[in-house]
Amino acid sequence: MQILIKGAQVIDPGRIDGVKDILIKDGKFAQIEEPDQIKPESDTQVIDAEGLIAVPGLIDVHVHLREPGHEYKETIESGLKAAAAGGFTAVCCMPNTKPVNDNAQVTSFIIEQGRKACAARVYPAGAISVGSSGTALAEIGDMKQAGIKAVTDDGLPVSSSQLMRRAMEYCKTMDIPILVHAEDKDLANNGSMNEGPKATALGLRGIPNASESVMVCRDIAMAELTGARVHFCHMSTAQSIDAIRQAKRKGIPVTCETAPHYFTLTDEDIPPYDTNFKMNPPLRSEIDRQAIIEGLKDGTIDMIATDHAPHNIDEKDVEFDRAAFGIIGLETALPLALELVGRGHITMEELVEKMAKAPAELMGINNDLVSGNPADLTLIDPDYEFIVDPDTFISKSRNTPFAGRQVKGRAAMTFGNGIRVYEAK
Amino acid sequence: MRFTKKDILDIQSLSKDEISMILDTAVGMKEISERPVKKVPTLRGKTIVMFFQEPSTRTKLSFELAAKRLSADTVSISKSTSSIVKGETLIDTAKNLEAMRPDVIVMRHSSSGAAYQVSKRVGCSVINAGDGTHAHPSQALLDMMSIREAKGKLEGLKVSIIGDISHSRVARSDIIGLTRMGARVSICAPDTMIPVGIENLGCRVEKTMESCVTDADVVMMLRIQKERMGNLLFPTEREYAGLYGLNNRRLGLAKDNVLVMHPGPMNRGVEISSEVADSGCSMILDQVTNGVALRMALFYLVAGGSRHADTD
Repeated sequence: MQILIKGAQVIDPGRIDGVKDILIKDGKFAQIEEPDQIKPESDTQVIDAEGLIAVPGLIDVHVHLREPGHEYKETIESGLKAAAAGGFTAVCCMPNTKPVNDNAQVTSFIIEQGRKACAARVYPAGAISVGSSGTALAEIGDMKQAGIKAVTDDGLPVSSSQLMRRAMEYCKTMDIPILVHAEDKDLANNGSMNEGPKATALGLRGIPNASESVMVCRDIAMAELTGARVHFCHMSTAQSIDAIRQAKRKGIPVTCETAPHYFTLTDEDIPPYDTNFKMNPPLRSEIDRQAIIEGLKDGTIDMIATDHAPHNIDEKDVEFDRAAFGIIGLETALPLALELVGRGHITMEELVEKMAKAPAELMGINNDLVSGNPADLTLIDPDYEFIVDPDTFISKSRNTPFAGRQVKGRAAMTFGNGIRVYEAK
Repeated sequence: MRFTKKDILDIQSLSKDEISMILDTAVGMKEISERPVKKVPTLRGKTIVMFFQEPSTRTKLSFELAAKRLSADTVSISKSTSSIVKGETLIDTAKNLEAMRPDVIVMRHSSSGAAYQVSKRVGCSVINAGDGTHAHPSQALLDMMSIREAKGKLEGLKVSIIGDISHSRVARSDIIGLTRMGARVSICAPDTMIPVGIENLGCRVEKTMESCVTDADVVMMLRIQKERMGNLLFPTEREYAGLYGLNNRRLGLAKDNVLVMHPGPMNRGVEISSEVADSGCSMILDQVTNGVALRMALFYLVAGGSRHADTD
């Protein structure tokens, strides 16, 4: 079985940028040539991709799939299908399931469910500590053998500096990155939105920027101490970006991600008590939003992830301070990231770097468009305009702040292992 | 002018004219409470639900008396008697209440925005009787009523508010309301009790109690919540009283005919000394009296009283 993708603008940062034809054979890239150089065989399926952009499969390094334990919000299958619909060929799923993914059995279960889904791939992240309770190291080596690509106590900061040090040292031995949920819970003080004038006016308890940046600074120091690969999740503040910029200048091995909502919205955009705008870290100020964009432009922020956090309406249709944190993002990330390109903040090549290449590097895989590599590919239609309608989402949940937003650009097709796992209608 | 608001959720959403109309209506209502028979038939046949999800004595009693003096039927549910203890959501409880066809729901809740969220889901009027640290509009309106009654105006007055602004819905509503009516509001407290960006509501933040109180026409003290002392807001009551307590010496810095206010309940000897609380300049009990009249006005205006008045 062969697939010939004809006439797409192919972008593989640092390697390819131009109109090419791509031949996929037996699930792998076979040839990437100038237009009309590849002669299709009789059974070759030809896809006219003129006007589309072909890029290495997009990878979302921060996703919550909720299975096992909270299948009413999302299953591995529904989450991976939503990912494919958003143009992602792979996602890294967080371990805060029930039970927590802190052992090889749960890891194997996730991988097996992912295989059955026939959608995007799944790269599980294991827990740093047993039960993510922050007390004792989980069996990271065992989980690595079962298939985890990273570790994190996602959603729960590792408050013990000593445990974090040992985790970093251990993960360095295992050559596995630590994904840091940077939050000082004590300083966050059970707040429910960004600390600032809007929270004061709404009477909601605020979460200060420092609750994030103090932990970023601590873990930069620990990365320097241990030499471990440390990746900061969902960066939202100007102070964090500054700290990471300086750390990188010093050669400390840190990377970081932000999510589309942090470069698209601020706390001033929150309609009164609309819980679809409640996430952790919270939407910050315009100064922070600008700092995030600056960090994306100058390369301080390596990648864009979604922090896709599905919740049932029961957990959102309540008082704001009692509502669950988190929004979904798999099916809106690409158009929101394309807004950065449309506004001239980053180039298309940089977008591919941040949504495909850097995530692949973090996960320790190679998604270059070269012969012999698994054919994980995203075809982007950059001109398709639409209004975000949560009712059309494939995810089981609907908790998005972007409902009704006019956007431009989407995934036209998503290929995993050469199989078309999504095609836009 | 006709009052068209369905709900009273906060002061922010009331225009200057609407605030004036409420205060004027309350003045008319006050006389009813002075009569030997303290009851008029204005809201006969109307049903008012008191939905209090947080402990309250004076506010709940004040709303109940106000409703009864207008001949409305009232029913009360509290947290311990509501289905919320059985796990029902706030929205479902509110929808069930509405299904019994009340005309007004008076709501107090510990979460900011709860009254706003309920008002979006029910057709009847909702009056916010305090939601988290967001708003307490009837308290701010009765404060404005009391000041206007004593001073004859609100415009141009200097009002000083001292105490835990961070956790005070009363302070937020008072700052917004008083500044909207032309008063100048200064606030003072240690920084642990000053929320970020409070000056955006239109007030001035003073560094010392003395500078805040100087030349004030009104000094409003807020309750120090003793239960928060373990919460790092201030070291001891003793130190707080020394730095931020209102006594005769500090009150001497204010204008000669200064008014002293407190939304209650007071901690005597902490935020306010007894000599001040019980002095001739204290408006604290007048506030309570005016509270009933002001709440009668709110019921009258949202429950259709103004429409009847026009057609009768």
